[in-house]
Amino acid sequence: MRTPLTIANSLAVIGLTAGMFVATTPALADDLLTVTAGGGSFQQVLRKLMFDPFSKASGIKITEAEYDYTLGKIRAMVETKTVSWDVVYAGDSGTRQMCAEGLIETIDWKKLGLDRAKFEGAEYSDCGVPAGIAASVVTYDRDKLPNGPKTIADFFDLKKFPGKRGLPKTPQVSVEWALIADGVPIRDVYKVLNTPEGIDRAFKKLDTIKKDIVWWTSGAQPIQLLADGQVVMTDAWNTRIYDAVKNSGKHFELVWDGAVTNGNAWVIPKGTPRLDSAYKFVALAGSSQTQADLASSTSQGPGNSDALALIDPAVRPSIPNDHSGSTLPSDLSFWSEKGDELRQRFNAWLAK
Amino acid sequence: MSTTAIQIGSTFEGIPLRLKLKRIERRQKMKALFLVLPLLLFILVAFVLPIGRMLFNAIHDDTLLTLAPRTMTALRGWDGKDLPGEAVYAALAGDLKESWTRKTAATIGKRINYELPGSLSEVISSARKVSLLPAGPYREALIKIGPLWGRHDVWSLLKRGTSAYTGYYLLRSVDFEYGPDSQIVASPPENRIFRDVFLRTLGISSGVTAITLLLGFPLAFLLATLPRKSSNLLMILVVLPFWTSVLIRTTAWVVLLQQHGIVNDALMALHVISQPAELIYNRIGTVVAMTHIQLPITLLPIYSVMRTISPSYVRAARSLGAGPFYAFWKVYFPLTLPGIAAGCLMTFILCLGYYITPALVGGPADQMVSSFVAHYTNEELNWGMASALGTILLTVTLLLYYSFSNLVGVDRVKMG
Repeated sequence: MRTPLTIANSLAVIGLTAGMFVATTPALADDLLTVTAGGGSFQQVLRKLMFDPFSKASGIKITEAEYDYTLGKIRAMVETKTVSWDVVYAGDSGTRQMCAEGLIETIDWKKLGLDRAKFEGAEYSDCGVPAGIAASVVTYDRDKLPNGPKTIADFFDLKKFPGKRGLPKTPQVSVEWALIADGVPIRDVYKVLNTPEGIDRAFKKLDTIKKDIVWWTSGAQPIQLLADGQVVMTDAWNTRIYDAVKNSGKHFELVWDGAVTNGNAWVIPKGTPRLDSAYKFVALAGSSQTQADLASSTSQGPGNSDALALIDPAVRPSIPNDHSGSTLPSDLSFWSEKGDELRQRFNAWLAK
Repeated sequence: MSTTAIQIGSTFEGIPLRLKLKRIERRQKMKALFLVLPLLLFILVAFVLPIGRMLFNAIHDDTLLTLAPRTMTALRGWDGKDLPGEAVYAALAGDLKESWTRKTAATIGKRINYELPGSLSEVISSARKVSLLPAGPYREALIKIGPLWGRHDVWSLLKRGTSAYTGYYLLRSVDFEYGPDSQIVASPPENRIFRDVFLRTLGISSGVTAITLLLGFPLAFLLATLPRKSSNLLMILVVLPFWTSVLIRTTAWVVLLQQHGIVNDALMALHVISQPAELIYNRIGTVVAMTHIQLPITLLPIYSVMRTISPSYVRAARSLGAGPFYAFWKVYFPLTLPGIAAGCLMTFILCLGYYITPALVGGPADQMVSSFVAHYTNEELNWGMASALGTILLTVTLLLYYSFSNLVGVDRVKMG
């Protein structure tokens, strides 16, 4: 009698173990939608401005997920056909990359019911609805540095402004700013960077401040570094600076000269079983009123040009769209071609 | 009745005791197998298969073979000396046309771009323009559309693509690459990083292991020799941080070590230093935080081995005339070796995979292999590179483990 029991037990254990590996396919209900974004306070704003109103209006319940803007999980989901994220808030280069690899849906603008022409200038709108523009800007604390930097050249000027500076630990922004500081006009930056001499020139300029750079890896760090006095000035996302000024009472100033702008987009991973609901959500997220509300509370520039007029006038000066004369849109095709090579060189340079 | 009795009797006589015993033994073995089957299955599904898949990914790449099949077939006959003939160009034109309609041009371009940076957009624009070409001859037309196709190195690359197996990822992981004629050459000096990264990973890991041993051994000795009551209290102090999240402990070090952190402020108040010392975002911060996290892992096996060592051994040595140090070194210490081996091995292997701690408290020159694996997996989506780096790390670890087990003997390692 004991033997069959043992067998039954072990079979049960095997069954339980196997059950752990069977992908939990979510119930195929039409009234559910999983939206994924970068978490944090930004996602709280998204919840208030988009998720909750959307659920109320459509009866579709939104489940939230968070990720760190990296693409590995989305690729694994699409390749194994277990897509559980229906809509994802992604960066522009990620959107472009996933579009090229066929990991996200090509946007059917007719089905979406939005006018693509309103999202002009975003070269990633094939596979994503531009959600907004954020800028990487020089910032400093007015309380500690009353006569702060005005230009990118000042950021590289150790005599005028001694002390540590914060930069992101990626070649993006760093090499562009090095060239601007070295006298390259903003509109020629990528032309120069596309030559081997241009890259040498950028690294040579970075060499001059290398020992005074604190490298940061996540968007919250530069704000913390600046608040703690670890750096006298730093590169940071304009939305984070706005948050620190508005919610923590800091007196951080933004230097718009040479700010590098990046877009974000709402994308739909390929193979989601809830495509129609996903389209409904993206249509709301792309609408001018929603984008204007988002801009008013976060200072992220809208992707929809109709939204500009609807933004709270008090926030307008902090919106990247209004500084396009002095900002530099990140060149996505340059980075998708030379990014890997440049990152490798950047890493080698950092370790030297 | 009688027949049955005879039959039963014959079965008993027909099977010798030896066979019967064997049968029972086999049944026992089957039972045991059933019991370990879930674990085996778990190891197979969660461990062997993914790792095998990763090892395979490091050398397998059939992007060009599947996305440009005509060119690959046509290239088989190419001698690799001059540019290929019209037939190959026509095949390429066919493949590019198809890639444009099937939207795979970017994938082909990305694969070529790995080895020839800057060619992605040229591949995509060639695919678009070729699909507008009426008919051949294609050779001149293609070179005119994209000068890339007139270069010898791109054809060597495509020729290498005729095999589904590539050494590119592994070569690049040790700072080599394919030259224009498919010969293996060293990467240009400004791009060489991976050999340094591997050496750095091994260096930091052995350094941290050594420090945890130096700090952990006396502490373990103290814990093992103190009376139960006070040693239990000390043990809680050792184990408490062990239960705290690695992330929290790492961030706590940021608070302690930063420029105006507790350590710097205290040292400056005591006039030990006049300027804040650089304690974080460099190698010091990395090693300090990693040592703190790994200390219990080195200490606990040593401690549990020490507890089993009877104090009478040392006493015996002393009574036979050995000095305190001699008795410790010749009698006590050798008995703790299995614990030291276990603790150090665990710490060393765990250190090899550190990722979050160097990222938070280390500087740019302190990143270890795993951060590059994560980068290629998540951001670059270049899973070939991620697999190749992982494969090399795994191989190095296994080699070290093998030589270690030959040196110390794994059967002597005691976890407690």
